[in-house]
Amino acid sequence: MTDPAFIEVEDLYFSRGGRAIFSGVNLSIPRGKITAIMGPSGSGKTTLLKLLGGQLTPDSGRVLIDGQDVHRLPRKALFALRSRMGMLFQSGALFSDLDVFENVAFPLRVHTDLPDAMIRDIVLLKLQAVGLRGARDLTPAELSGGMARRVALARAVALDPELILYDEPFVGQDPIAMGVLVQLIKRLSEALSLTSVVVSHDIKETISIADYLYLIADGGIVAHGTPATLDTHEDARVSQFMHGEPDGPVPFHYPAPPLYRDILGTDALGTDAAAMAATDSTTGAD
Amino acid sequence: MASGFWRQLIDSVAGLGYRGCRVIEALGRASVFMARSVVGVPGGEGVRLWLRQMHFVGVLSLAIVLVSGLFIGMVLALQGYTILIDFGAEQALGQMVSLSLLRELAPVVAALLFAGRAGSALTAEIGLMKATEQLTSMEMIGVDPLRRVVAPRLWAGFVSLPLLTIGFSVVGIWGGYLVGVQWLGVSEGSFWSNMQSSVAFFADVGNGMIKSLVFALVVTWIAVFQGYDLIPTSEGISRATTRTVVYSSLAVLGLDFVLTAMMFGGL
Amino acid sequence: MQRSKTVEFGVGIFILAGILGLVFLGLRVSGLTPSASSQTFHLEASFSDIGSLKPRARVTMAGVTVGRVESIELDQEWFDARVSMRLDSSLEGELSRDSTAAILTAGLLGEQYIGLTVGGDPEALEDGDSIRDTQSALVLEELIQQFVSSMVKD
Repeated sequence: MTDPAFIEVEDLYFSRGGRAIFSGVNLSIPRGKITAIMGPSGSGKTTLLKLLGGQLTPDSGRVLIDGQDVHRLPRKALFALRSRMGMLFQSGALFSDLDVFENVAFPLRVHTDLPDAMIRDIVLLKLQAVGLRGARDLTPAELSGGMARRVALARAVALDPELILYDEPFVGQDPIAMGVLVQLIKRLSEALSLTSVVVSHDIKETISIADYLYLIADGGIVAHGTPATLDTHEDARVSQFMHGEPDGPVPFHYPAPPLYRDILGTDALGTDAAAMAATDSTTGAD
Repeated sequence: MASGFWRQLIDSVAGLGYRGCRVIEALGRASVFMARSVVGVPGGEGVRLWLRQMHFVGVLSLAIVLVSGLFIGMVLALQGYTILIDFGAEQALGQMVSLSLLRELAPVVAALLFAGRAGSALTAEIGLMKATEQLTSMEMIGVDPLRRVVAPRLWAGFVSLPLLTIGFSVVGIWGGYLVGVQWLGVSEGSFWSNMQSSVAFFADVGNGMIKSLVFALVVTWIAVFQGYDLIPTSEGISRATTRTVVYSSLAVLGLDFVLTAMMFGGL
Repeated sequence: MQRSKTVEFGVGIFILAGILGLVFLGLRVSGLTPSASSQTFHLEASFSDIGSLKPRARVTMAGVTVGRVESIELDQEWFDARVSMRLDSSLEGELSRDSTAAILTAGLLGEQYIGLTVGGDPEALEDGDSIRDTQSALVLEELIQQFVSSMVKD
């Protein structure tokens, strides 16, 4: 990669509730490109985004955004940095007490002193970009899931950020809404020369827009490269994920004793009886 | 087998210690949370947010508080009359109704109703905002949700409950007047004059207000913190809502005893 | 914005009602009077026993409330209770010098208050004067004691 990296993740360790989620993740995300972070459910993709946004603090390691260490910034500077980032949440996360227009205007009102007329123009332009200028007076409750996500996208780009983080933008969308979102993400990132980070497990859609892919599983990066190189990657885990095969290194079955034991019940009964005997003897002693 | 017994004992003591640590940790988190939110005194834009919460927390609780106050005042007068008439002291009815309302019933019952009506709603509302990632997304936009979401609600609660308590007392005394004077025929003059000569503004009305201010702090704090701290699932929200009502009711009753002992116990 | 107007109006009414309620509690329930000392005058009276008379108890003439007890303190010289009263200024210069003050009880167990009765002296009480002829509160225990001892004598 010849582009200067916009985000640099160095040797990141993170655990929650005693369970290690990341152990030694290194990433670099180039400026002005769409980078996708993919992996199976539960591999910590959303957690990674929260670490990038500074909502979670890693156990060790650093996250540098444009040269600033996110987790060592004082609160004010962190909020200033965040005003240069947009984030699209899985659920859209529109403020339920504001209408569509006010939702998009919210970051503008908070971070700028622009006059009302100018805010109105900017908001309408952003809504026009996602095709929802006509829906400005609706409340979030009246929007469909896809529309809510588009409004959230308009809100995320309201301040013309340099970076947008997308958390599972395609999950639970009907094909039309999905196509619209794919188009929008691509167009926005080209038009505004945004750095985009897409976290997703929808392979087809993600590959169609991503410039670069990271595949994470088991607490680390399994593979990275352009979509073309990953498609023909020889690692069994990578090809299982990329081609959506049901069984492979990631097993179809949750760890369990062999089936014949559960069915025949011999072994299981034996253990139960032993356990009951043990309890009996303890109560007797007491 | 004796070692099994000892191990169980040690385990249960350790479990107790663990729970104790959890409680202290939660108290610590709640205090930090409170300190960081209360700083967000409404100003400018905040006044509008505060007004909206005043409407939600205060005005919408008015009906239930006033109706309860009316009935409690009427019941007090009815019960008090049947007892006082035996001693020929039914003129003391006004005194009895007003003192029990001002010192005790209005602050406590209004706080309990407030916890049920407004506290649980605050918990559920903030919890839902957390579950739908609204709080996180606010933080990502660069706005502190403690100031934007929590502070207006806290301040609205602080102001509303004392006002509701005043309303409760007034309506309750009026209810006592209706039953005692209009229905049971206690003389109107002695009803009011007895009340006026026994109620001291600062000792009775003032102490009742102090009580309700303390209850307002505690109930709103519990409600808002439970909402902010819950596990963002539908089950988490319902459990936090229940916890709000249970904890704040217990806190109100316990604190009421302490405050009463401090205010009136030393007489 | 239309909705927020009604919200603001509602909250305004709410706060206003709360303040009015507090005023009601002050004036009607605890009997604070807004009128200042300009319309009242002072009298004092000493009682050997005030029973359970409290500050802000009523002072009446012929059953009509004409003022309130302001303070009660122990006279260190004579060891009796010095009660100071505030009376309606319309009575200033109208009460004769030999007026009497008695501590009365409303009903059997009711509140205690002071009843004033006018005498026949042509000279009148002025601001700050003392009423000399006073009658202490009836204390139930003493009455019973007297009754019992008179029974024994018979």
